[in-house]
Amino acid sequence: MNSFITIAGVVLIGLMLLVLVRVIKGPTVIDRLVAVNVIGTKSIVLLLFSGIIFGQLEMFVDIALGYGLLNFIVSIAASRYYQHRRCLEQKGQPS
Amino acid sequence: MEYIAYILIVVGLVFFLGTSIGLLRFPDFYTRMHAAGKGDTLSTVLILAGCIFAVASQGEMSWLIGLKILLIINFVFIGSPTATHAMMDAGERAGAKPWKKKGGDK
Repeated sequence: MNSFITIAGVVLIGLMLLVLVRVIKGPTVIDRLVAVNVIGTKSIVLLLFSGIIFGQLEMFVDIALGYGLLNFIVSIAASRYYQHRRCLEQKGQPS
Repeated sequence: MEYIAYILIVVGLVFFLGTSIGLLRFPDFYTRMHAAGKGDTLSTVLILAGCIFAVASQGEMSWLIGLKILLIINFVFIGSPTATHAMMDAGERAGAKPWKKKGGDK
């Protein structure tokens, strides 16, 4: 069971790196925000995986719950912040 | 009990593969949001349900841990579409343009 969880965690990290490409080269701010939200949601799963591997799931479940709440609040706050800005267009194109 | 956990985690990883490929290859903000909103929520819920079965298969079933993971599932199931809706609203108010096919009618 532990080896399967380890392999699943490695695959999950690889797919999160694929999403990180969108964070780096995303043309607008909102694209980066979406990708960061996806990475944050997957970090909850990764915390639970590390809890199962280390055998201390009682502690890691609480950390994952707190991280999920924080991720949700960050997404709401950042989307409320960037909806007033006019900096979303690409650099070459006039607004 | 173990094989249910294997199946759920593998199906969740397949859904997350679809999410990441869609997030990389879709041409527009709105279509990327379409891939990220649904696939992310479903894959997270599936993998966490698989974690419940994995915990249950390891020795004694601590029901408090299962209850907390169910709490996380409930929170993700409510919170992630709400965050997606808020980001979609922000992109639409900031003036992100929808993608159009090249050479189509303007």
